[in-house]
Amino acid sequence: MPLFDRKDKSRYATFTRRTLMMSGGMTAVLAALGGRLYQLQIRDGAQYMTQAEDNRVNQRLIAPPRGRILDRFGVELANNRRNYRVLLVSEQATNGAEAALDTIGKIIQLSDAQKKRVLHDLAANKKFVPVPVAENLTWDEFARINLHLPYLPGVQPDIGETRSYPFGSELSHLLGYVAPVSPDDKKAGDDDPLLDLPGFRMGKRGIEKQFDEDVRGTAGASRVEVNAYGRVIRELSRDPGVAGKDVYLSIDRELQNFVDQRLGNESAACVIMDAQTGDLLALSSTPGFDPNLFNVGITPDQWHALTSDDHNPLLNKALGGVYPPGSTFKPAVALAAVDAGLSNFQVFCTGSITLGNHEFHCYKKDGHGHVDLHRGIQVSCDVFFYETARQLGIDKIEAAARKLGLGSASGIEIPGERSGFIPSSAWKLATYGIPWQLGETLNTGIGQGYVLVTPLQLCTQVARIASGKAVSPRIAHVVGNALQPRPVADLLPFSDAAFQAVRSGMNAVTNEPGGTAYAWRIAEPGFEMAGKTGTAQVRRISQEEHLAGVKKNDTLPWKLRDHALFIGFAPVANPRYALSIIVEHGANVEHTHVQMARDILLFAQKRDPLKLPTGYPVNAAQAPAKPGARA
Amino acid sequence: MIARPYAAARRTLTLVDKMFEINWGLILLITIIACAGFAMLYSVAGGNLSPWADKQIIRFVIGFAILVAVALIDIRVWMSLAYPAYGVSLLLLIGVIVMGHVGLGAQRWITLGPLELQPSELMKISLILALARFLHGQSVEDVSRPLKFLVPVAMIAVPAFLVLIQPNLGTTLIIVADGVSLLFLAGLSWWWIAPAITAIAIAVPTAWKFLLHDYQKRRVLTFLNPDTDALGAGWNITQAKIAIGSGGVTGKGFLQGTQSRLNFLPEKQTDFIWTSFCEEFGFVGATALLLLFAVVIFYGIQIAMSARSQFGRLLAMGITLNFFFYIMINAAMVMGLIPVVGIPMPLLSYGGTAMLSVMFGFGLLMSVHVHRQVEIPRHSAGII
Repeated sequence: MPLFDRKDKSRYATFTRRTLMMSGGMTAVLAALGGRLYQLQIRDGAQYMTQAEDNRVNQRLIAPPRGRILDRFGVELANNRRNYRVLLVSEQATNGAEAALDTIGKIIQLSDAQKKRVLHDLAANKKFVPVPVAENLTWDEFARINLHLPYLPGVQPDIGETRSYPFGSELSHLLGYVAPVSPDDKKAGDDDPLLDLPGFRMGKRGIEKQFDEDVRGTAGASRVEVNAYGRVIRELSRDPGVAGKDVYLSIDRELQNFVDQRLGNESAACVIMDAQTGDLLALSSTPGFDPNLFNVGITPDQWHALTSDDHNPLLNKALGGVYPPGSTFKPAVALAAVDAGLSNFQVFCTGSITLGNHEFHCYKKDGHGHVDLHRGIQVSCDVFFYETARQLGIDKIEAAARKLGLGSASGIEIPGERSGFIPSSAWKLATYGIPWQLGETLNTGIGQGYVLVTPLQLCTQVARIASGKAVSPRIAHVVGNALQPRPVADLLPFSDAAFQAVRSGMNAVTNEPGGTAYAWRIAEPGFEMAGKTGTAQVRRISQEEHLAGVKKNDTLPWKLRDHALFIGFAPVANPRYALSIIVEHGANVEHTHVQMARDILLFAQKRDPLKLPTGYPVNAAQAPAKPGARA
Repeated sequence: MIARPYAAARRTLTLVDKMFEINWGLILLITIIACAGFAMLYSVAGGNLSPWADKQIIRFVIGFAILVAVALIDIRVWMSLAYPAYGVSLLLLIGVIVMGHVGLGAQRWITLGPLELQPSELMKISLILALARFLHGQSVEDVSRPLKFLVPVAMIAVPAFLVLIQPNLGTTLIIVADGVSLLFLAGLSWWWIAPAITAIAIAVPTAWKFLLHDYQKRRVLTFLNPDTDALGAGWNITQAKIAIGSGGVTGKGFLQGTQSRLNFLPEKQTDFIWTSFCEEFGFVGATALLLLFAVVIFYGIQIAMSARSQFGRLLAMGITLNFFFYIMINAAMVMGLIPVVGIPMPLLSYGGTAMLSVMFGFGLLMSVHVHRQVEIPRHSAGII
């Protein structure tokens, strides 16, 4: 047999042919692999680069420090304190978030409600976002968490900042509070990414709400490189954000404190302002609440206690409470009267007047005899003001009241202000389809009927009477470094004679024997106050009761007693401090509310915060007027 | 390459002659590719020689010695050893099923003293040797004769089945591809090839239903739609594509691959090493490496075509095709063209048996080259 034959030749030829075929196939496959590389790396390269970057980089928001709120002398009314807290990152909790919470619960107190809240927050956020589990821990609790950290995957101890209100309830209505963001807050169109930051607090009431965007600051961001397990490898860049702006109020904390102390446990409100500028010096509503509760997390019991209290601690009565002004409305009527040429108008008070078949009573059953404007204010004669009102007509009274700042919101920079109400004949016809009745004019003349005012409006009214200028209440003086635009207080369109007549009547109330508040005057020379007392009925007094004698307030249940009001200014000679006070159901023979007003005005004058050097930032610049700011 | 007179080659070559006959250019290419592998192992370890690069270098050095030694041994010796090697491999494959320990959920490894062996890697080389040996004795007509045809089919099917039940789908595919390619090159009639393709078209769905493990099926399914479950089963493919794509034109630079360094890539030191290379060296680097692979393959084809014995030709093409199938399957897998089947990239991926078997294979290829002028009669059985 030959070593090689024809068969070998034929299979070599086959081998060569088929090898070349396979070479072609391999070339095609290698070219296809190259084509795939082109697809992935060049055609779609940019897209994959973005995805790799998304893989690698986590953006973490940094909450900027919230701006402080300070008083006119730089005393911190709201600041930030250290907050020891525990965070949980769900993707790092290897045994699951619930197991992690159970373990934490063995180390520190953790309620079921808290656990539920944490699980909800974890579900609402991306897996790498740290969610607060517990905040405001004591150092002891915080140390225990740190000790157990090796057995707590995904748990991060953290020292953050939290809002603190050093003066507690004293400024609660003024400052408001911060609380966790609710879904409604986001719906309101605020798209600040900070709102999505777990554990973030935003202003919910008062100055905290009004200036929330200023004090909140701008979110910072930390870009960190993470590995596939979410562990942070290093920080790539850090933008600390912009710290919130400080807000300087015109409030004097010392005076505010005095007012708060003096109002005590009454359900009351008191406003003090600079009569010449409208700067608020104190704005108090009692009882208050501890604003720190809302930040830390209010318990259902605490919430129930606040909402079920008949003294209504959650209502800012100074601007959210509306009351019939009673006799504190009479200066406005008097001003309208003088302005209308009724300066020499006199009335003989017999204790009542009759209109049609209805009798209108003076609070003094036996009557005041001859009464002119001066004495009408001094003794607060109802019959005099019935007659004056009858002479003036409702629309002149309404016009005067509005010029004094009643019947419309003042625009104070605190949310929740109500506008009160001043009736007019046109309003009555439009609303009820019935013409205005004369009897209603008479009632309006003594501040009853439809008239409703807030304590803040009463204070504005008395400040305007005292200064003759159209001052409006203002509270924020400097925000950040910018002086807040302030409306110019024009002179009011009443004659000097009219102002003089009313001021002299109010002076007589306190400083001339026979005045309704003479017994509670400031006797110290140079510090005298002028004022006007008022009482607002909260119940109807029947004809029979008038005949039998009106029941004394101290015999009635608290809820049925009259509200006690007082407006005043001091010093009489050169008015600087204007005050209004209302004590709900506080009318009594001792006039304790006038005593409060007297003490407060005396304290204010002696301390004289308007003369003390302010603590506002020295280089504060005038802010550009906001559109819509009232001039 | 040193050109030698035709007559001189007919003499029995001395050891020195053989050293000169070795294609050192090809060995240089292989070394360059292996060095790229070391660099990548160094990179994915975060810029450390340990735990992978250092061991891989040692293995390459050992493999290099094996390559040269294998190249110097006469191909007739290898021809004589073909059947015994096949038999031993078959026994080891059976042994791994009987007593092999479980690694990565599959029975793939066998311990022989200090050595941990993957018999399936041995089988690939043994099968190529044994098929080349068998087909060397067959004329074109013989190859397609029904009874004679059954022998090589059985030689392929038995180890393929044993590897498949380990289970190791990737290696099974390569074994079948190697064997079928050799049959094709030996001149198998198209009358067999056409029905075989039809049979595969029927067998694949059947295998899907009865033979594939759940995890293998899942791999195929997630391959078909990797984005549906990007954090679950499709994670590997998605992350590999992101890694390759984000390399862009010039890559992120050596040691700068974020996908592998931050552990987004699975098995980055073994099956997905090519991905890391593409990420760090981009389109330019990846195509350059692909070209190097292509040059190695065409060297292999050239060696096969220039061998005078059918055994040498088939052996050289078998080794070359085996190398090619590895590259094709691994690259296509990590680039999302085919399902993830768990095949390493030759010379680049970390792994002892794979490195040694690849180098052994190149040794055989080189032996064919060195002994290309040796003529072996059709009925010869080697020289032992």
